[in-house]
Amino acid sequence: MNALVAACSGLLFAAGLVVGGMTSPARVIGFLDLLGDWDPQLAFVMGGALGTYALSYRLIRRHVRQPWLEPRYHVPSASRADAKLVVGAAMFGVGWGLMGFCPGPALVASGAGQPEALAFTVAMAAGSVIASILLRGPRPARGTGVLLQDDA
Amino acid sequence: MNVEWISGLLGGVLIGAAAALLLWTHGRIAGVSGVLSGALVPQRGDFVWRLAFVLGLLAGGAMFGRLWPDRFSLLGLPRWPLWLAGGLLVGVGTRLAGGCTSGHGVCGLGRGSPRSLVATLVFMGAALVTVMFTRHGP
Repeated sequence: MNALVAACSGLLFAAGLVVGGMTSPARVIGFLDLLGDWDPQLAFVMGGALGTYALSYRLIRRHVRQPWLEPRYHVPSASRADAKLVVGAAMFGVGWGLMGFCPGPALVASGAGQPEALAFTVAMAAGSVIASILLRGPRPARGTGVLLQDDA
Repeated sequence: MNVEWISGLLGGVLIGAAAALLLWTHGRIAGVSGVLSGALVPQRGDFVWRLAFVLGLLAGGAMFGRLWPDRFSLLGLPRWPLWLAGGLLVGVGTRLAGGCTSGHGVCGLGRGSPRSLVATLVFMGAALVTVMFTRHGP
């Protein structure tokens, strides 16, 4: 059940990206290309997603004491931005701007067999693994369940 | 007005709903970079749902790739330095930043996180400047 529901979430997420046109990197770069023929599509997708999630988050946190399939919520608590975040976000932004892919669309387009996405995803996975291991530190505490505090 | 704004909003609502589903059922943030990294470098007891979510994304791609192939247009950039550099930067950068467009941009901003606001502004800015250079650069 645990896996099935998570898979459904992934499937629904993929549907959203496809319907929104975000699996075409040309459309994403079209949004990022302020000086060119500007394509606002990404703004609509982001707006729809943000509005939906903001509302849902409030409702769920207020009315759902415990997640259905897990003992507790895993929502980050950190609030201050640090150098690591800024440097990382800048790197991510450059990579995103280069190919018009971020993790979600890259995976979905890879599933569709799109060759640029596949190549990008392999590199992305490699970068992610390398960074995870390097950032892990000397010895992660066993059973903490969090390798690197994801705070998104 | 271009009718695509409807599909844009609808697509966004589906994304938001998918993230809300994961929050309700698993209490987790639907940040794809984070979910993926935990699947690639797993910790005990924290792997199956991540793998399932990633497989859902891939399966979705496989399915929709057949139904609507024109949603998956190519950029037409076969030069390997671009996809290699892009992928590595996204892979490393998202680990350092602790999130990506879904993690920080949708979920983080959606719950009012100051960190996510900073992250989103920075990665958006970096992306805009990058495209400015690659499309209109010197």
